[in-house]
Amino acid sequence: MSDKDSSGTLPVNEVASDSLVARFDGEVHSDTREGYEGYIVAANMLPEVANVLRDELGYDYLSSVTGVDYIDENHIEVVYHADQTAGGKGINIKVQLDRENPVVPTLVPIYPGADFQEREVFDMYGVQFDGHPNLRRILMWDGFHGYPLRKDWKEAYYEEDVKPFDSRWPGGGVKRSEADNPYGKNVSYPPGFDINNWTPETDDSLYESLQKTTSNGKSLHTDSIVVNIGPQHPSTHGVFRMVVALDGETITDLQPVMGYLHRNHEKIGERNTFLQNMPYTDRLDYLCSMSNNFGYALAVEQLMGADVPERAEYIRILMAELTRISNHMWAIGFLLNDLGAFQTPALYAIRARELILDVFEATAGSRMMCNYMRFGGLARDFPDTLRGEDTVQFITDLVENTLPKAIDELDQFLTANEIVRSRCIGVGVLPPDKAIAYSAAGPLLRASGVPYDLRTADSYSIYDRFDFDICTRPNGDVYDRYLVRVDEMRESTRICQQVMRDIPAEGEIFSGKPQYNVRVPAGESYGRVENPKGELGYYVVSTGKANPYRYHVRAPSFVNLTVLGELCKGHKVADAVVILGSIDIVLGEVDR
Amino acid sequence: MYGTGILKGMGVTIRHLVNSFVDDMRFLGQRYYSDSSMNIRQGTEGRGVFTVQYPDEKLPVPEQFRFIPFLLYENNKDGSTTDRCTSCGICAKVCPPQCIWIERSSDPDTGRPIPEPTNFYIDIDICMNCGYCAEYCPFDAIKMDHDYELASYDRTEAHIFDKARLDKPVEYYASIRPTDYLAEETARAEEIAKKAAKKEAAAAKKAAAAAKKAAAEAN
Amino acid sequence: MNNELSNPDIPVPSELQSAVTITSLDKIYNWGRRSSIWPMVFGLACCAIEMICTAASRFDIARFGMEVFRATPRQADLMIVSGTVTKKMVPQIVRLFNQMPEPKYVMAMGACASGGGPFKEGYNVVSGIDKFVPVDVYVPGCPPTPQALLHGLIKLQEKIDSQSLKSVRWYGQETSEAVPVPVLGPDLFDPRQHALLAQQAGQVQENTESVEE
Repeated sequence: MSDKDSSGTLPVNEVASDSLVARFDGEVHSDTREGYEGYIVAANMLPEVANVLRDELGYDYLSSVTGVDYIDENHIEVVYHADQTAGGKGINIKVQLDRENPVVPTLVPIYPGADFQEREVFDMYGVQFDGHPNLRRILMWDGFHGYPLRKDWKEAYYEEDVKPFDSRWPGGGVKRSEADNPYGKNVSYPPGFDINNWTPETDDSLYESLQKTTSNGKSLHTDSIVVNIGPQHPSTHGVFRMVVALDGETITDLQPVMGYLHRNHEKIGERNTFLQNMPYTDRLDYLCSMSNNFGYALAVEQLMGADVPERAEYIRILMAELTRISNHMWAIGFLLNDLGAFQTPALYAIRARELILDVFEATAGSRMMCNYMRFGGLARDFPDTLRGEDTVQFITDLVENTLPKAIDELDQFLTANEIVRSRCIGVGVLPPDKAIAYSAAGPLLRASGVPYDLRTADSYSIYDRFDFDICTRPNGDVYDRYLVRVDEMRESTRICQQVMRDIPAEGEIFSGKPQYNVRVPAGESYGRVENPKGELGYYVVSTGKANPYRYHVRAPSFVNLTVLGELCKGHKVADAVVILGSIDIVLGEVDR
Repeated sequence: MYGTGILKGMGVTIRHLVNSFVDDMRFLGQRYYSDSSMNIRQGTEGRGVFTVQYPDEKLPVPEQFRFIPFLLYENNKDGSTTDRCTSCGICAKVCPPQCIWIERSSDPDTGRPIPEPTNFYIDIDICMNCGYCAEYCPFDAIKMDHDYELASYDRTEAHIFDKARLDKPVEYYASIRPTDYLAEETARAEEIAKKAAKKEAAAAKKAAAAAKKAAAEAN
Repeated sequence: MNNELSNPDIPVPSELQSAVTITSLDKIYNWGRRSSIWPMVFGLACCAIEMICTAASRFDIARFGMEVFRATPRQADLMIVSGTVTKKMVPQIVRLFNQMPEPKYVMAMGACASGGGPFKEGYNVVSGIDKFVPVDVYVPGCPPTPQALLHGLIKLQEKIDSQSLKSVRWYGQETSEAVPVPVLGPDLFDPRQHALLAQQAGQVQENTESVEE
């Protein structure tokens, strides 16, 4: 079996392979299915295996937890992806569970970063994580019927298992889906649901689960209060809710509640063909559609083994780095909004961002929803002109002059500002060990002094050709996160300058012939990129058909929120808003 | 000294203010309401005032801009029109949110499908403006529009676009996307030339063979 | 004087034209209202980003007197539903709508808010906010560009211009009724459909009984 692992097609860390399979004889097997890699672990051994992975093999960072419903084999598989913060390829382990009664020990004590992700698997598949401290639904509400990502669960507007739907062509009977539903809405109720003998679920259990007082026992008797911030609140960056328990003005506990923008990305994604998912990825983290495209293209290209032409690689990197600048501009602008510097910094930041959007609009066709990358290249090349100027000249001007100036200006505007400093320094401190344990990613992790960036740690595309630094800061507070973002924008302009210098002037931007129905061999792949907000991973399982069997998004914003409650404890309410702003979430990606 | 950081920051805002006046003088008289001024203000050189005075002036959309698809028809010389669409259904198949419905025509006598849609619907409340239909259409029959001013008071009637609403002449397409149009027309002309050449070659070959045969018979 | 306001049908002597404008009450009432529509800070999804861009310097919504984004529904005139409405969120949206004082307007920005958009088939997505609250203007697009949104706002201003003090509902006899807030159960449940739901459940029961028989 180990011979097969070490053969070129399955890039598995050999040290891990030897010790894991040898040590847990009979409990851990290599995954030998065609196109799969990693290990299958017996459910009861999972915590031990995880301990060995973390403490002895150096896989200290749990990046992703997800489920797959293999309905034909009658089991649900929970898939864990772990990484070494020292760098290198990741490893994945799987646990196969009975569909009727899926129970698996939780990994929260070993990797606290598994918390929300396990809750999501519970929510979507009904997998019970034994020993989980707070196993409740996370994206849907308590009391919702069924586990939506199970293959046999069908929604109200269900038409067919996979797209394209037969009703669209050649018959063409146009109608709205509402017409077929007895309620005229996108709803369905379980059989036998009796509205007259039913009481709605309340949030009481959530409120009760909060830790209420700091209880030093000495102070005056005071009542602690629970405050809901959101889901409609200007400081939550969208429809996000924080349930905060307060002692006076000090936060004793904070519980994020999400799912208010849960758009069923993954369920729809499993019905779409591979190509059809590309524009949907735009809408994940809607500030960074270019790099979302990039990650998904990488994941599917891994499965297909597609080549990307040289020029396309350069343009991809240019776009991804411009996205990083525009995202950080936005993040800093709105962090300042949260601090109370209403509008002005944000306006300056948005202004610089608009010019980047102009580039996107001219090349990809849309300001935000770029849908620009294809499997094996790009949709199209640069246009000839942009705002009456040669496009290449425009972009060169942008990355050589305009953006560096805008970044310097923002730096000058804010970095030394005493109010910013006093509000940010020492607030929301995240120590490095905790950052790794909680699977924090992106600027949140690097501001804690951990130099983990996928662009160098597990380099993809042609990042190895460019000269750039991974920015870190030592303190792990809000101010350092801000500084890391400023530094990263500077590094991104450096990369962009190198791209514009080195990019081949002519060349193909797509390998092969554009096809709308791509063939993807069976197997699994985990493609990931360093998105502006952290590691964005796509776990794709193909059965060789036209649509993915499983399509999971490891969203950096979602996983970064795991540590939010921890960060806010002991701070004032006003700081919670700032800490949330410094994590920089986008709800499209948190809830998917 | 405490406060210098704030003062420095305020310097930035003052610079922004002053810049807008300086820039007015720099581009004296050509700062507003013309295409060239738009390029200056909205380009990388832009300083100071940045606002587009919509609806009096509009930020021009680039050629690749995409917003809700439309169907192309050709104006023939005799005044009739021909749809480019052959109702092959590729756009309906590739559409990610499945917002395209096509009714294929069939010959009333034989019942066999004919390459022309009876009707064509796009639900613009579902359309995600991804542009796949235009990208993968083999006949260049469906393209993405530039017209974004579509706000309406009622969606039940107005938001499922039928064929009459979607149809636009090829000339319109040529006006909004000149480069694309030119490239496609050149490619099509080449294709036709190639086909004609092939046909000619085949005919020549046939003629040669016939001549040879005739010669052989004559012998 | 502002010639937007003056009524061309009534002549004003030329020596008075600089000082006097004759207008109708409706016109001045609507002019005041449409030039200071205060939207609510209410971002749901992708479209919210374009809404913020509309408020930023390039498109500058302040030119229409709409820059005052209010964080509370009590001070807002306009709710721009900017993004996908999910079942989990819709009770809050309806509640916010109910809290807005009359006259109030709702704009459905983008495909999702209008009719579900690309996510329409999803199990947690409401196919159009107009299923729950009355919508005045729909702005198609995914997302609508800032200029498309501005066009929608101009359409809304036109709508306001066409209203008359005599017929507007908020000065009418009957008080405007609050929209019943939907409840989250096994699925989203609209109190207005209580009877229908009870009846459907009854039918299911009858069916199963008849099968058992």
